[in-house]
Amino acid sequence: MSPTLNDYLILSAILFAIGTAGVFLRRNLITILLSIEIMLNAVNLSFVAFGRSFGTADGQIIVFFVMTVAAAEAAVGLAIVIGLFRHRESLNPDTFTSLKW
Amino acid sequence: MLLLIPLFPLVGFLLNASFGRRLSKGVSGTIACASIILSFAVSAAAVARLVGMPADEREIAQTAFTWITSGDLSVGLTLRLDPLSSVMILVITGIGSLIHIYSTAYMHEERDPEYARYFSYLNLFASFMLVLVLGSSFLVMFVGWEGVGLCSYLLIGFWYQKKSASDAGKKAFIVNRIGDWGFILGVLLIFTRFGTLDFQDLARAVSQLSPEQTFGTLSFITLFLFIGATGKSAQIPLFVWLPDAMEGPTPVSALIHAATMVTAGVYMIGRNAVLFGHAPLTLNIVAVIGTATALVAGTIGLVQNDIKKVLAYSTVSQLGYMFLAMGVGAYAAGIFHLYTHAFFKALLFLGSGAVIHALAGEQDMRKMGGLKKDLPITYWTFVIGAIAIAGVPPLAGFYSKDEILFKSFSSGHTWLWAVGLLTALLTACYMFRLVFMTFHGPSHHGNHEHSEHHENPGHHLHDAPLPMAIPLVVLAVGSIAAGWVGIGGRFEKFLEPSFGEPVASVTPAVEHSGSAETLLMLVSVAVAVAGIGLAFYFFLKNRPAADRMAQTFSGPHRVLENKYYLDEIYDAAVVQPVQIVSQDGLWKGVDVGVIDRLVNGVAQFVGGTSEILRLFQTGSVRAYAASVFFGVVLVLGYYLWR
Repeated sequence: MSPTLNDYLILSAILFAIGTAGVFLRRNLITILLSIEIMLNAVNLSFVAFGRSFGTADGQIIVFFVMTVAAAEAAVGLAIVIGLFRHRESLNPDTFTSLKW
Repeated sequence: MLLLIPLFPLVGFLLNASFGRRLSKGVSGTIACASIILSFAVSAAAVARLVGMPADEREIAQTAFTWITSGDLSVGLTLRLDPLSSVMILVITGIGSLIHIYSTAYMHEERDPEYARYFSYLNLFASFMLVLVLGSSFLVMFVGWEGVGLCSYLLIGFWYQKKSASDAGKKAFIVNRIGDWGFILGVLLIFTRFGTLDFQDLARAVSQLSPEQTFGTLSFITLFLFIGATGKSAQIPLFVWLPDAMEGPTPVSALIHAATMVTAGVYMIGRNAVLFGHAPLTLNIVAVIGTATALVAGTIGLVQNDIKKVLAYSTVSQLGYMFLAMGVGAYAAGIFHLYTHAFFKALLFLGSGAVIHALAGEQDMRKMGGLKKDLPITYWTFVIGAIAIAGVPPLAGFYSKDEILFKSFSSGHTWLWAVGLLTALLTACYMFRLVFMTFHGPSHHGNHEHSEHHENPGHHLHDAPLPMAIPLVVLAVGSIAAGWVGIGGRFEKFLEPSFGEPVASVTPAVEHSGSAETLLMLVSVAVAVAGIGLAFYFFLKNRPAADRMAQTFSGPHRVLENKYYLDEIYDAAVVQPVQIVSQDGLWKGVDVGVIDRLVNGVAQFVGGTSEILRLFQTGSVRAYAASVFFGVVLVLGYYLWR
């Protein structure tokens, strides 16, 4: 029995929930970045699933765009994290509150 | 060619104003003198060309560029030379040159930058004054009109570290502004009524009308213009600034507050003779105000003890004469007096400057006396000036003053003539009081606080140095001879084209009936001599008699000494109310109570709201992420379950 579209979407939702929980709950910037990647890939999964279900290539094309953006985001995000770490010797996002008025 | 006349002093001003700090006194003085002398040379050439023309076509005009074009209005920066302005430019540049030369010595003790600043102002003044008299329309004239007011302010307050000097500058400026308000209203009225600001077009338009016998537009226009004239030319009720203007350096008093700027109002009325001629009611006001000013200022001058104050009141009084002449329609006589007055009043001021210079700044006549021996050049030139202003023939003042008195008598203003005659008596009297107190009698200087100045053996009384003596002598010659051009009415004929056709109903044809004129002339000479005699008796022969007189009439004497309490009255009637309204009403009421509270209220509202809003700004990245997430969820949820 091959998985149906619904199964893919449920998996995607689960992955997305895991990613979201990671962003909210973890106190390590790198982990948070990883969680964001999970969220993005959850979305990618549903795109591909929809594409296969409808029999078009649109979903896969969008996924390529998401992956390029994700790669760029990861590069910039990691660079910022390194910069922040050099400043504060910490990866806890709660220590970076100096933008607060 | 005409453009060069105001341009030379302007260049001198720019040079001294830009580089004055780095120039030595010699250089900046030379620049200033050269520019005004060049301007004089060009003026003389231009006037020579003008005189060479046929009498009816004497006019040179030059447009530099079109200044304003807007709808129907087109104003060019046009200069126009006609007989009236030719007299003015010769006086301004000629006497101006002498005073510049005089100043190089008088201001010698100033530091270099101050010296250059002084000369730059002086040049700027000459430039503006020339624009004023050469301008062919009200707008161009107004540029000069305001410009000379500014220079007057700058020069009165030249020694701005001295509180009284800076106060006097402000007073002059503010009082002049009141006059300018009237002037502007007059100009605007002219524009709305006639649609032109050019003097010639205006004169043509006005001459189509018949003279106004009741109070109408023309009367209002002329009255407003006259308010402007009272401000600039120091007439009642706006003359209070001129005596205070004596805080400026003495050559400035000579140039601006005696010979040139204060005559701007007289010139302006002469320039618009046709307009004023069509408003006989205003002319009457002009004549009465002029006469009243002459008398009031003359009486005050009689009891002042500051040498420059006496001359200042004398100036106000003589300006009153000029307005009397204008008011009775004797424009040429008024301008003639302006011209002769420029010589002897400049001479008297420069002479008083030489005295003050010799006494190291002393201005109180009671501390002078007996200076005749020490200052022979100053003394003799001063006496010539005093005789000239007193009106003794054949010196300059006699011709012009006699002309004015004759014209006011023959045009039927007998009362004004009588007051004018009384003023002539006063003039002779206070001028010779000044001469006797300063140059004759026992010496009073050097025995009071000035003794310390005299410890230096090199600093004894010195007569005017050469750059001061030359202008004195030239002006003395002028004071003697300047009146001769008017013999036989030549001066009048020369000026006539500038004043247009006389309005028959206003100025009855004056018959120069020989016998009446001779009689009046004898009367005015007798009055002048009597005035000198009175001064001789009271202030030289029998000094205690003067003090006894002062004691007998102590009431009037005190009133005169306090200048009719005019400053106090103005203070109580105008200055105090304005200050109270400004301070308690406008400042503490409107500004603090309304405007400030409004502005502060807005700020407080924004501040208070922000106090609440800032709580959302936690700075925690995860909180932001959560709010974004739940926001998206809410929006999506709304669309899904709608």
